[in-house]
Amino acid sequence: MTGVAEVLRPLVPQVLGALVRRYGQFDACEDAVADALLAASEQWPAEGVPDNPRGWLITVATRRLTDHWRSESARRRREESVTLREPPPVAPGPGEDQAPDSDDTLSLLFLCCHPAVSPPSQVALTLRAVGGLTTAEIARAFLVPEATMTRRITRAKESIAAAGSTFSEPSAADFPERLRVVLQVLYLIFNEGYTATSGQDLQRLELTAEAIRLARAVHALLPGDGEVTGLLALMLLTEARRDARIGDRGELVPLPEQDRGRWDAALIDEGEGLIDAVVGRTALGPYQVQAAIAALHDRAPSAEATDWPQIVELYELLRTFMPGPVVTLNQAVAVAQVAGPDQALALLDTVDADLDVGRRADAVRAHLLELRGDRAAARDHYLRAAERTPSLPERRYLVERAGRLVPEEDGARP
Amino acid sequence: MKYLLAMYLNPDVMAKLSEQDMDAIMTGHQEFIRTIRESGEMISTQALGAVADSSVVRVRGGLPAVTDGPFLESKEFLAGYYLVECASKERAVELAAMIPDAAVEGLGIEVREVVFFADAETEVPMA
Repeated sequence: MTGVAEVLRPLVPQVLGALVRRYGQFDACEDAVADALLAASEQWPAEGVPDNPRGWLITVATRRLTDHWRSESARRRREESVTLREPPPVAPGPGEDQAPDSDDTLSLLFLCCHPAVSPPSQVALTLRAVGGLTTAEIARAFLVPEATMTRRITRAKESIAAAGSTFSEPSAADFPERLRVVLQVLYLIFNEGYTATSGQDLQRLELTAEAIRLARAVHALLPGDGEVTGLLALMLLTEARRDARIGDRGELVPLPEQDRGRWDAALIDEGEGLIDAVVGRTALGPYQVQAAIAALHDRAPSAEATDWPQIVELYELLRTFMPGPVVTLNQAVAVAQVAGPDQALALLDTVDADLDVGRRADAVRAHLLELRGDRAAARDHYLRAAERTPSLPERRYLVERAGRLVPEEDGARP
Repeated sequence: MKYLLAMYLNPDVMAKLSEQDMDAIMTGHQEFIRTIRESGEMISTQALGAVADSSVVRVRGGLPAVTDGPFLESKEFLAGYYLVECASKERAVELAAMIPDAAVEGLGIEVREVVFFADAETEVPMA
Protein backbone atom coordinates (compact mmCIF):
# COMPACT_ATOMS: atom_id res chain seq x y z
CA MET A 1 0.00 0.00 0.00
CA THR A 2 1.25 3.48 -0.76
CA GLY A 3 1.25 6.22 1.86
CA VAL A 4 -1.76 7.86 0.28
CA ALA A 5 -3.77 4.65 0.27
CA GLU A 6 -3.02 4.19 3.97
CA VAL A 7 -4.30 7.67 4.71
CA LEU A 8 -7.38 7.16 2.54
CA ARG A 9 -8.61 3.81 3.71
CA PRO A 10 -9.70 4.61 7.27
CA LEU A 11 -11.30 7.82 5.98
CA VAL A 12 -13.68 6.01 3.61
CA PRO A 13 -16.34 5.06 6.18
CA GLN A 14 -16.07 8.45 7.87
CA VAL A 15 -16.56 10.36 4.62
CA LEU A 16 -19.31 8.05 3.38
CA GLY A 17 -20.96 8.18 6.78
CA ALA A 18 -20.84 11.98 6.84
CA LEU A 19 -22.46 12.18 3.41
CA VAL A 20 -25.15 9.56 4.01
CA ARG A 21 -25.99 11.14 7.35
CA ARG A 22 -26.49 14.48 5.63
CA TYR A 23 -28.12 13.48 2.35
CA GLY A 24 -29.37 9.90 2.60
CA GLN A 25 -29.19 8.11 -0.78
CA PHE A 26 -26.56 5.49 -0.01
CA ASP A 27 -25.83 4.68 -3.67
CA ALA A 28 -25.35 8.24 -4.89
CA CYS A 29 -23.16 9.01 -1.87
CA GLU A 30 -21.04 5.94 -2.50
CA ASP A 31 -20.44 7.00 -6.11
CA ALA A 32 -19.52 10.51 -4.98
CA VAL A 33 -17.07 9.17 -2.39
CA ALA A 34 -15.51 6.92 -5.01
CA ASP A 35 -15.01 9.98 -7.24
CA ALA A 36 -13.44 11.91 -4.36
CA LEU A 37 -11.08 9.02 -3.60
CA LEU A 38 -10.04 8.90 -7.21
CA ALA A 39 -9.37 12.65 -7.19
CA ALA A 40 -7.32 12.25 -4.00
CA SER A 41 -5.23 9.40 -5.36
CA GLU A 42 -4.49 11.50 -8.45
CA GLN A 43 -3.72 14.78 -6.67
CA TRP A 44 -2.21 13.94 -3.30
CA PRO A 45 0.91 12.09 -4.44
CA ALA A 46 1.90 15.17 -6.46
CA GLU A 47 0.57 17.96 -4.25
CA GLY A 48 0.95 16.34 -0.84
CA VAL A 49 -1.73 15.19 1.59
CA PRO A 50 -3.90 18.13 2.71
CA ASP A 51 -3.91 19.20 6.37
CA ASN A 52 -7.45 17.98 6.83
CA PRO A 53 -7.74 15.02 4.44
CA ARG A 54 -11.19 14.09 5.73
CA GLY A 55 -12.57 17.59 5.21
CA TRP A 56 -11.00 17.69 1.74
CA LEU A 57 -12.69 14.40 0.78
CA ILE A 58 -16.07 15.45 2.20
CA THR A 59 -15.91 18.72 0.28
CA VAL A 60 -14.99 17.08 -3.02
CA ALA A 61 -17.53 14.28 -2.58
CA THR A 62 -20.27 16.77 -1.70
CA ARG A 63 -19.47 18.79 -4.83
CA ARG A 64 -19.73 15.65 -6.93
CA LEU A 65 -23.01 14.82 -5.29
CA THR A 66 -24.51 18.26 -5.94
CA ASP A 67 -23.21 18.20 -9.52
CA HIS A 68 -24.89 14.85 -9.95
CA TRP A 69 -28.15 16.20 -8.51
CA ARG A 70 -28.02 19.32 -10.65
CA SER A 71 -27.64 17.30 -13.82
CA GLU A 72 -30.34 14.94 -12.59
CA SER A 73 -32.75 17.76 -11.86
CA ALA A 74 -31.92 19.47 -15.16
CA ARG A 75 -32.68 16.22 -16.91
CA ARG A 76 -35.91 15.90 -14.99
CA ARG A 77 -36.91 19.46 -15.78
CA ARG A 78 -36.35 18.68 -19.41
CA GLU A 79 -38.65 15.75 -18.94
CA GLU A 80 -41.17 18.10 -17.34
CA SER A 81 -41.34 16.06 -14.22
CA VAL A 82 -41.26 17.29 -10.68
CA THR A 83 -38.07 19.13 -9.91
CA LEU A 84 -35.92 17.50 -7.31
CA ARG A 85 -35.79 19.44 -4.11
CA GLU A 86 -32.71 21.62 -4.26
CA PRO A 87 -29.86 19.94 -2.49
CA PRO A 88 -28.84 21.45 0.83
CA PRO A 89 -26.04 24.01 0.68
CA VAL A 90 -22.60 22.62 0.08
CA ALA A 91 -20.87 21.32 3.19
CA PRO A 92 -18.45 23.50 5.09
CA GLY A 93 -14.96 23.62 3.64
CA PRO A 94 -11.97 21.71 4.93
CA GLY A 95 -11.33 22.36 8.58
CA GLU A 96 -14.79 23.81 9.20
CA ASP A 97 -16.52 20.50 9.59
CA GLN A 98 -17.14 19.89 13.25
CA ALA A 99 -19.00 16.58 13.20
CA PRO A 100 -17.04 13.99 15.13
CA ASP A 101 -15.93 11.37 12.61
CA SER A 102 -16.44 8.55 15.08
CA ASP A 103 -20.21 8.91 14.99
CA ASP A 104 -20.20 8.57 11.24
CA THR A 105 -18.35 5.25 11.27
CA LEU A 106 -20.63 3.84 13.95
CA SER A 107 -23.77 5.13 12.22
CA LEU A 108 -22.60 3.55 9.00
CA LEU A 109 -22.04 0.24 10.81
CA PHE A 110 -25.54 0.43 12.26
CA LEU A 111 -26.93 1.11 8.82
CA CYS A 112 -25.04 -1.79 7.20
CA CYS A 113 -26.09 -4.16 9.97
CA HIS A 114 -29.73 -3.23 9.55
CA PRO A 115 -32.15 -5.92 10.73
CA ALA A 116 -33.99 -5.74 7.37
CA VAL A 117 -31.22 -7.74 5.69
CA SER A 118 -29.91 -11.24 6.33
CA PRO A 119 -26.55 -11.78 8.05
CA PRO A 120 -24.63 -12.68 4.84
CA SER A 121 -25.81 -9.42 3.27
CA GLN A 122 -24.97 -7.44 6.41
CA VAL A 123 -21.46 -8.88 6.25
CA ALA A 124 -21.08 -8.02 2.57
CA LEU A 125 -22.39 -4.48 2.98
CA THR A 126 -20.22 -3.85 6.05
CA LEU A 127 -17.07 -4.95 4.23
CA ARG A 128 -18.02 -2.82 1.23
CA ALA A 129 -19.08 0.39 2.94
CA VAL A 130 -17.16 0.38 6.21
CA GLY A 131 -14.22 -1.83 5.30
CA GLY A 132 -13.77 -0.22 1.92
CA LEU A 133 -13.16 -3.58 0.21
CA THR A 134 -14.08 -3.85 -3.43
CA THR A 135 -16.96 -6.08 -4.45
CA ALA A 136 -14.44 -8.30 -6.24
CA GLU A 137 -12.40 -8.72 -3.04
CA ILE A 138 -15.50 -9.60 -1.02
CA ALA A 139 -16.65 -12.04 -3.68
CA ARG A 140 -13.22 -13.70 -3.62
CA ALA A 141 -13.23 -13.90 0.16
CA PHE A 142 -16.59 -15.65 0.19
CA LEU A 143 -15.95 -17.69 -2.96
CA VAL A 144 -18.96 -16.48 -4.88
CA PRO A 145 -19.05 -14.99 -8.39
CA GLU A 146 -18.53 -11.23 -8.44
CA ALA A 147 -21.87 -10.70 -10.18
CA THR A 148 -23.56 -12.54 -7.34
CA MET A 149 -21.88 -10.36 -4.73
CA THR A 150 -22.79 -7.21 -6.69
CA ARG A 151 -26.42 -8.26 -6.71
CA ARG A 152 -26.29 -9.21 -3.03
CA ILE A 153 -24.96 -5.80 -2.01
CA THR A 154 -27.42 -3.99 -4.26
CA ARG A 155 -30.32 -5.96 -2.80
CA ALA A 156 -29.14 -5.22 0.73
CA LYS A 157 -29.13 -1.49 -0.01
CA GLU A 158 -32.61 -1.77 -1.55
CA SER A 159 -33.92 -3.64 1.50
CA ILE A 160 -32.56 -0.98 3.83
CA ALA A 161 -34.08 1.78 1.69
CA ALA A 162 -37.38 -0.11 1.54
CA ALA A 163 -37.38 -0.44 5.31
CA GLY A 164 -37.41 3.36 5.31
CA SER A 165 -34.38 3.43 7.48
CA THR A 166 -33.00 6.85 8.10
CA PHE A 167 -29.37 7.38 8.79
CA SER A 168 -29.84 8.23 12.41
CA GLU A 169 -28.59 6.83 15.65
CA PRO A 170 -30.76 4.03 16.96
CA SER A 171 -32.85 5.11 19.94
CA ALA A 172 -31.51 4.38 23.40
CA ALA A 173 -33.95 1.48 23.58
CA ASP A 174 -32.77 0.02 20.25
CA PHE A 175 -29.08 0.67 20.78
CA PRO A 176 -28.08 -2.54 22.62
CA GLU A 177 -29.85 -4.78 20.11
CA ARG A 178 -28.41 -2.92 17.11
CA LEU A 179 -24.94 -3.06 18.66
CA ARG A 180 -25.38 -6.80 19.22
CA VAL A 181 -26.02 -7.24 15.49
CA VAL A 182 -22.95 -5.15 14.60
CA LEU A 183 -20.78 -7.31 16.87
CA GLN A 184 -22.32 -10.46 15.42
CA VAL A 185 -21.42 -9.27 11.90
CA LEU A 186 -17.81 -8.50 12.90
CA TYR A 187 -17.63 -11.90 14.60
CA LEU A 188 -18.90 -13.58 11.42
CA ILE A 189 -16.30 -11.77 9.31
CA PHE A 190 -13.54 -12.87 11.67
CA ASN A 191 -14.76 -16.45 11.78
CA GLU A 192 -15.04 -16.69 8.02
CA GLY A 193 -11.44 -15.55 7.78
CA TYR A 194 -10.22 -17.78 10.60
CA THR A 195 -11.81 -21.06 9.63
CA ALA A 196 -12.38 -20.49 5.95
CA THR A 197 -15.53 -22.55 5.76
CA SER A 198 -14.82 -23.82 2.28
CA GLY A 199 -12.15 -23.96 -0.34
CA GLN A 200 -8.43 -24.50 -0.50
CA ASP A 201 -7.03 -22.18 2.14
CA LEU A 202 -7.53 -22.77 5.80
CA GLN A 203 -7.46 -19.11 6.73
CA ARG A 204 -8.21 -15.97 4.79
CA LEU A 205 -5.97 -13.47 6.45
CA GLU A 206 -7.50 -10.39 4.85
CA LEU A 207 -10.82 -11.12 6.51
CA THR A 208 -9.39 -11.62 10.01
CA ALA A 209 -7.30 -8.47 9.62
CA GLU A 210 -10.36 -6.57 8.41
CA ALA A 211 -12.52 -7.85 11.28
CA ILE A 212 -9.87 -6.80 13.80
CA ARG A 213 -9.55 -3.38 12.18
CA LEU A 214 -13.31 -2.83 12.39
CA ALA A 215 -13.51 -4.18 15.94
CA ARG A 216 -10.74 -1.77 16.95
CA ALA A 217 -12.71 1.09 15.41
CA VAL A 218 -15.86 0.17 17.36
CA HIS A 219 -13.83 -0.32 20.55
CA ALA A 220 -12.25 3.11 20.12
CA LEU A 221 -15.79 4.55 20.08
CA LEU A 222 -17.18 2.47 22.94
CA PRO A 223 -14.15 1.64 25.09
CA GLY A 224 -16.27 1.06 28.20
CA ASP A 225 -18.55 -1.53 26.62
CA GLY A 226 -17.76 -4.99 28.00
CA GLU A 227 -18.92 -6.98 25.00
CA VAL A 228 -17.21 -4.73 22.44
CA THR A 229 -14.00 -5.11 24.44
CA GLY A 230 -14.60 -8.84 24.82
CA LEU A 231 -15.03 -9.30 21.08
CA LEU A 232 -11.84 -7.41 20.26
CA ALA A 233 -9.95 -9.40 22.93
CA LEU A 234 -11.36 -12.68 21.58
CA MET A 235 -10.19 -11.80 18.06
CA LEU A 236 -6.69 -10.81 19.23
CA LEU A 237 -6.28 -13.88 21.47
CA THR A 238 -7.39 -16.12 18.60
CA GLU A 239 -5.33 -14.34 15.96
CA ALA A 240 -2.28 -14.76 18.24
CA ARG A 241 -2.28 -18.52 17.49
CA ARG A 242 -2.65 -18.03 13.77
CA ASP A 243 0.83 -18.97 12.57
CA ALA A 244 0.97 -22.08 14.75
CA ARG A 245 -2.35 -23.40 13.38
CA ILE A 246 -0.88 -24.14 9.98
CA GLY A 247 1.78 -26.78 9.46
CA ASP A 248 4.51 -26.79 6.84
CA ARG A 249 2.25 -28.52 4.32
CA GLY A 250 -0.64 -26.15 4.89
CA GLU A 251 -2.34 -28.65 7.19
CA LEU A 252 -4.37 -27.86 10.27
CA VAL A 253 -2.52 -28.21 13.58
CA PRO A 254 -4.90 -28.66 16.54
CA LEU A 255 -4.38 -26.58 19.67
CA PRO A 256 -2.71 -29.24 21.88
CA GLU A 257 -0.11 -29.96 19.19
CA GLN A 258 0.72 -26.35 18.35
CA ASP A 259 4.21 -24.96 18.92
CA ARG A 260 3.41 -22.35 21.57
CA GLY A 261 6.65 -20.55 20.81
CA ARG A 262 5.05 -19.43 17.57
CA TRP A 263 2.16 -17.69 19.29
CA ASP A 264 2.20 -13.92 19.07
CA ALA A 265 3.06 -12.67 22.56
CA ALA A 266 2.22 -9.04 21.80
CA LEU A 267 -1.31 -9.93 20.66
CA ILE A 268 -1.78 -12.17 23.70
CA ASP A 269 -0.69 -9.36 26.03
CA GLU A 270 -3.02 -6.89 24.35
CA GLY A 271 -5.97 -9.30 24.36
CA GLU A 272 -5.44 -10.21 28.01
CA GLY A 273 -5.10 -6.58 29.00
CA LEU A 274 -8.42 -5.78 27.32
CA ILE A 275 -10.35 -8.65 28.85
CA ASP A 276 -8.86 -8.16 32.33
CA ALA A 277 -9.90 -4.52 32.21
CA VAL A 278 -13.61 -5.25 31.69
CA VAL A 279 -14.48 -8.61 33.24
CA GLY A 280 -16.39 -8.05 36.45
CA ARG A 281 -16.71 -4.32 35.83
CA THR A 282 -19.53 -4.36 33.30
CA ALA A 283 -22.35 -6.70 32.39
CA LEU A 284 -20.91 -10.06 31.44
CA GLY A 285 -21.70 -11.44 27.98
CA PRO A 286 -20.76 -14.21 25.56
CA TYR A 287 -17.79 -12.43 23.93
CA GLN A 288 -16.15 -11.74 27.29
CA VAL A 289 -16.59 -15.37 28.33
CA GLN A 290 -15.13 -16.64 25.04
CA ALA A 291 -12.23 -14.21 25.38
CA ALA A 292 -11.60 -15.47 28.92
CA ILE A 293 -11.47 -19.06 27.60
CA ALA A 294 -9.08 -18.02 24.82
CA ALA A 295 -6.91 -16.21 27.38
CA LEU A 296 -6.66 -19.38 29.52
CA HIS A 297 -5.46 -21.33 26.48
CA ASP A 298 -3.01 -18.61 25.47
CA ARG A 299 -1.62 -18.32 28.99
CA ALA A 300 -1.00 -22.05 29.46
CA PRO A 301 2.57 -23.26 28.92
CA SER A 302 1.26 -26.57 27.51
CA ALA A 303 -1.97 -28.42 26.79
CA GLU A 304 -1.53 -30.47 29.97
CA ALA A 305 -0.88 -27.40 32.12
CA THR A 306 -4.04 -25.65 30.88
CA ASP A 307 -6.61 -24.75 33.54
CA TRP A 308 -9.18 -27.17 32.14
CA PRO A 309 -11.53 -27.12 35.20
CA GLN A 310 -11.83 -23.35 34.83
CA ILE A 311 -12.48 -23.73 31.09
CA VAL A 312 -15.26 -26.25 31.78
CA GLU A 313 -16.80 -23.75 34.20
CA LEU A 314 -16.58 -20.95 31.65
CA TYR A 315 -18.26 -23.11 29.00
CA GLU A 316 -21.02 -23.83 31.51
CA LEU A 317 -21.44 -20.07 31.87
CA LEU A 318 -21.26 -19.57 28.09
CA ARG A 319 -24.11 -22.05 27.64
CA THR A 320 -26.38 -19.75 29.62
CA PHE A 321 -25.64 -16.96 27.11
CA MET A 322 -25.45 -19.04 23.95
CA PRO A 323 -27.27 -22.31 24.40
CA GLY A 324 -26.52 -24.44 21.38
CA PRO A 325 -24.68 -27.45 20.08
CA VAL A 326 -21.45 -25.65 19.14
CA VAL A 327 -20.76 -24.58 22.72
CA THR A 328 -21.59 -28.06 24.01
CA LEU A 329 -19.14 -29.61 21.52
CA ASN A 330 -16.33 -27.37 22.73
CA GLN A 331 -17.27 -28.02 26.32
CA ALA A 332 -17.11 -31.78 25.71
CA VAL A 333 -13.46 -31.48 24.66
CA ALA A 334 -12.67 -29.64 27.89
CA VAL A 335 -14.68 -32.12 30.00
CA ALA A 336 -12.61 -34.96 28.52
CA GLN A 337 -9.47 -33.27 29.90
CA VAL A 338 -10.98 -32.95 33.37
CA ALA A 339 -13.18 -36.01 33.81
CA GLY A 340 -12.19 -38.38 31.02
CA PRO A 341 -13.73 -39.35 27.67
CA ASP A 342 -16.73 -41.25 29.04
CA GLN A 343 -18.22 -38.19 30.71
CA ALA A 344 -17.42 -36.12 27.63
CA LEU A 345 -19.17 -38.65 25.37
CA ALA A 346 -22.21 -38.57 27.66
CA LEU A 347 -22.31 -34.79 27.24
CA LEU A 348 -21.90 -35.18 23.48
CA ASP A 349 -24.91 -37.53 23.40
CA THR A 350 -27.07 -34.58 24.44
CA VAL A 351 -26.23 -32.82 21.16
CA ASP A 352 -28.72 -33.39 18.40
CA ALA A 353 -26.33 -34.18 15.54
CA ASP A 354 -28.23 -32.15 12.99
CA LEU A 355 -26.61 -31.06 9.74
CA ASP A 356 -25.20 -27.75 10.88
CA VAL A 357 -22.90 -29.20 13.47
CA GLY A 358 -22.85 -32.75 12.18
CA ARG A 359 -19.26 -32.76 11.00
CA ARG A 360 -18.00 -30.96 14.11
CA ALA A 361 -19.90 -33.47 16.24
CA ASP A 362 -18.34 -36.35 14.29
CA ALA A 363 -14.85 -34.90 14.66
CA VAL A 364 -15.25 -34.31 18.41
CA ARG A 365 -16.75 -37.77 18.91
CA ALA A 366 -13.87 -39.31 16.97
CA HIS A 367 -11.39 -37.46 19.19
CA LEU A 368 -13.13 -38.66 22.38
CA LEU A 369 -13.40 -42.25 21.13
CA GLU A 370 -9.68 -42.14 20.32
CA LEU A 371 -8.94 -40.94 23.86
CA ARG A 372 -10.97 -43.88 25.15
CA GLY A 373 -8.95 -46.26 22.99
CA ASP A 374 -11.90 -47.17 20.77
CA ARG A 375 -9.84 -47.06 17.59
CA ALA A 376 -12.20 -48.55 15.02
CA ALA A 377 -15.16 -46.35 16.02
CA ALA A 378 -12.89 -43.28 16.21
CA ARG A 379 -11.63 -44.00 12.70
CA ASP A 380 -15.19 -44.25 11.35
CA HIS A 381 -16.14 -40.91 12.87
CA TYR A 382 -13.02 -39.16 11.57
CA LEU A 383 -13.83 -40.38 8.07
CA ARG A 384 -17.48 -39.39 8.40
CA ALA A 385 -16.46 -35.89 9.46
CA ALA A 386 -13.97 -35.73 6.56
CA GLU A 387 -16.71 -36.59 4.08
CA ARG A 388 -18.90 -33.81 5.40
CA THR A 389 -16.49 -30.88 5.48
CA PRO A 390 -16.20 -28.51 2.52
CA SER A 391 -12.78 -27.28 3.72
CA LEU A 392 -9.91 -29.13 2.04
CA PRO A 393 -7.26 -28.59 4.78
CA GLU A 394 -9.75 -29.75 7.39
CA ARG A 395 -10.51 -32.81 5.30
CA ARG A 396 -6.80 -33.65 4.94
CA TYR A 397 -6.38 -33.36 8.70
CA LEU A 398 -9.34 -35.63 9.46
CA VAL A 399 -8.29 -38.26 6.91
CA GLU A 400 -4.78 -38.19 8.35
CA ARG A 401 -6.16 -38.72 11.88
CA ALA A 402 -8.20 -41.63 10.59
CA GLY A 403 -5.09 -43.01 8.88
CA ARG A 404 -3.31 -43.23 12.24
CA LEU A 405 -6.05 -45.53 13.48
CA VAL A 406 -5.80 -48.28 10.87
CA PRO A 407 -6.44 -51.50 12.81
CA GLU A 408 -3.02 -52.95 13.65
CA GLU A 409 -3.92 -56.64 13.28
CA ASP A 410 -4.86 -56.41 9.60
CA GLY A 411 -1.95 -54.36 8.32
CA ALA A 412 -1.82 -53.90 4.56
CA ARG A 413 -0.17 -56.76 2.71
CA PRO A 414 2.40 -55.77 0.10
CA MET B 1 -21.19 -19.94 -13.18
CA LYS B 2 -24.76 -19.82 -14.37
CA TYR B 3 -27.13 -22.75 -14.02
CA LEU B 4 -30.63 -23.39 -15.27
CA LEU B 5 -32.79 -25.08 -12.65
CA ALA B 6 -35.52 -26.51 -14.87
CA MET B 7 -38.79 -27.49 -13.23
CA TYR B 8 -40.62 -30.45 -14.71
CA LEU B 9 -44.29 -30.89 -13.95
CA ASN B 10 -46.44 -33.90 -14.42
CA PRO B 11 -50.05 -32.75 -14.93
CA ASP B 12 -51.33 -36.03 -13.43
CA VAL B 13 -49.28 -35.44 -10.27
CA MET B 14 -50.42 -31.83 -10.06
CA ALA B 15 -54.08 -32.86 -10.44
CA LYS B 16 -53.77 -35.07 -7.36
CA LEU B 17 -52.35 -32.34 -5.11
CA SER B 18 -54.65 -30.82 -2.51
CA GLU B 19 -55.36 -27.12 -2.27
CA GLN B 20 -53.14 -27.12 0.81
CA ASP B 21 -50.24 -28.75 -1.04
CA MET B 22 -50.52 -26.20 -3.87
CA ASP B 23 -50.54 -23.33 -1.38
CA ALA B 24 -47.45 -24.74 0.30
CA ILE B 25 -45.69 -24.95 -3.06
CA MET B 26 -46.57 -21.36 -3.95
CA THR B 27 -45.43 -20.10 -0.56
CA GLY B 28 -42.26 -22.14 -0.95
CA HIS B 29 -41.52 -20.49 -4.29
CA GLN B 30 -42.02 -17.01 -2.82
CA GLU B 31 -39.67 -17.88 0.03
CA PHE B 32 -37.09 -19.34 -2.40
CA ILE B 33 -37.26 -16.25 -4.62
CA ARG B 34 -36.74 -14.01 -1.58
CA THR B 35 -33.76 -16.07 -0.44
CA ILE B 36 -31.87 -16.14 -3.74
CA ARG B 37 -32.63 -12.50 -4.51
CA GLU B 38 -31.10 -11.52 -1.22
CA SER B 39 -28.09 -13.81 -1.67
CA GLY B 40 -27.53 -12.31 -5.13
CA GLU B 41 -27.78 -15.69 -6.84
CA MET B 42 -31.03 -15.00 -8.70
CA ILE B 43 -30.85 -13.86 -12.31
CA SER B 44 -34.42 -14.57 -13.39
CA THR B 45 -37.27 -17.03 -13.21
CA GLN B 46 -40.16 -17.81 -15.55
CA ALA B 47 -43.23 -19.98 -15.28
CA LEU B 48 -44.62 -21.32 -18.55
CA GLY B 49 -48.25 -21.67 -19.63
CA ALA B 50 -50.02 -24.99 -19.95
CA VAL B 51 -48.45 -27.41 -22.38
CA ALA B 52 -51.89 -28.00 -23.91
CA ASP B 53 -51.70 -24.46 -25.33
CA SER B 54 -48.28 -24.93 -26.85
CA SER B 55 -47.49 -25.04 -30.57
CA VAL B 56 -44.53 -26.45 -32.43
CA VAL B 57 -43.29 -24.60 -35.47
CA ARG B 58 -41.32 -26.31 -38.23
CA VAL B 59 -40.20 -24.60 -41.41
CA ARG B 60 -40.20 -27.05 -44.26
CA GLY B 61 -39.36 -26.08 -47.85
CA GLY B 62 -39.42 -22.45 -46.76
CA LEU B 63 -42.99 -22.74 -45.41
CA PRO B 64 -43.81 -22.69 -41.71
CA ALA B 65 -45.97 -25.57 -40.52
CA VAL B 66 -47.57 -25.18 -37.11
CA THR B 67 -48.83 -28.12 -35.07
CA ASP B 68 -50.62 -27.97 -31.73
CA GLY B 69 -49.30 -29.62 -28.62
CA PRO B 70 -45.92 -30.32 -27.14
CA PHE B 71 -42.77 -31.15 -29.07
CA LEU B 72 -42.40 -34.51 -27.37
CA GLU B 73 -44.99 -36.93 -26.10
CA SER B 74 -44.14 -37.22 -22.43
CA LYS B 75 -45.59 -37.45 -18.94
CA GLU B 76 -43.51 -34.52 -17.67
CA PHE B 77 -43.20 -31.13 -19.29
CA LEU B 78 -41.00 -28.14 -18.70
CA ALA B 79 -43.11 -25.80 -16.61
CA GLY B 80 -40.61 -23.11 -15.80
CA TYR B 81 -37.10 -22.41 -14.67
CA TYR B 82 -34.85 -20.46 -12.37
CA LEU B 83 -31.71 -19.00 -13.90
CA VAL B 84 -29.14 -18.57 -11.13
CA GLU B 85 -25.50 -17.59 -10.80
CA CYS B 86 -23.64 -19.33 -8.02
CA ALA B 87 -20.23 -20.55 -6.93
CA SER B 88 -20.35 -24.18 -8.00
CA LYS B 89 -22.38 -27.09 -9.30
CA GLU B 90 -22.70 -28.24 -5.67
CA ARG B 91 -24.32 -24.94 -4.75
CA ALA B 92 -26.64 -25.14 -7.76
CA VAL B 93 -27.77 -28.57 -6.58
CA GLU B 94 -28.26 -27.15 -3.09
CA LEU B 95 -30.44 -24.39 -4.55
CA ALA B 96 -32.44 -26.87 -6.63
CA ALA B 97 -33.17 -28.84 -3.47
CA MET B 98 -34.68 -25.68 -1.93
CA ILE B 99 -37.34 -25.46 -4.66
CA PRO B 100 -40.56 -26.89 -3.19
CA ASP B 101 -41.34 -28.98 -6.31
CA ALA B 102 -38.19 -30.99 -5.63
CA ALA B 103 -39.89 -32.52 -2.58
CA VAL B 104 -43.04 -33.61 -4.44
CA GLU B 105 -43.18 -37.30 -5.38
CA GLY B 106 -43.15 -37.59 -9.18
CA LEU B 107 -41.56 -34.16 -9.79
CA GLY B 108 -37.93 -33.09 -9.99
CA ILE B 109 -35.60 -30.25 -10.83
CA GLU B 110 -33.03 -30.60 -13.59
CA VAL B 111 -29.76 -28.71 -13.04
CA ARG B 112 -28.01 -27.70 -16.25
CA GLU B 113 -24.93 -25.54 -16.65
CA VAL B 114 -25.35 -22.52 -18.93
CA VAL B 115 -22.57 -22.53 -21.53
CA PHE B 116 -23.61 -19.44 -23.46
CA PHE B 117 -25.55 -16.45 -22.23
CA ALA B 118 -26.79 -13.23 -23.78
CA ASP B 119 -29.46 -10.74 -22.85
CA ALA B 120 -30.57 -7.27 -23.84
CA GLU B 121 -27.61 -5.70 -21.99
CA THR B 122 -24.86 -8.13 -22.97
CA GLU B 123 -22.78 -7.49 -26.06
CA VAL B 124 -22.48 -10.66 -28.09
CA PRO B 125 -19.12 -10.88 -29.87
CA MET B 126 -19.78 -11.48 -33.53
CA ALA B 127 -17.54 -14.04 -35.16
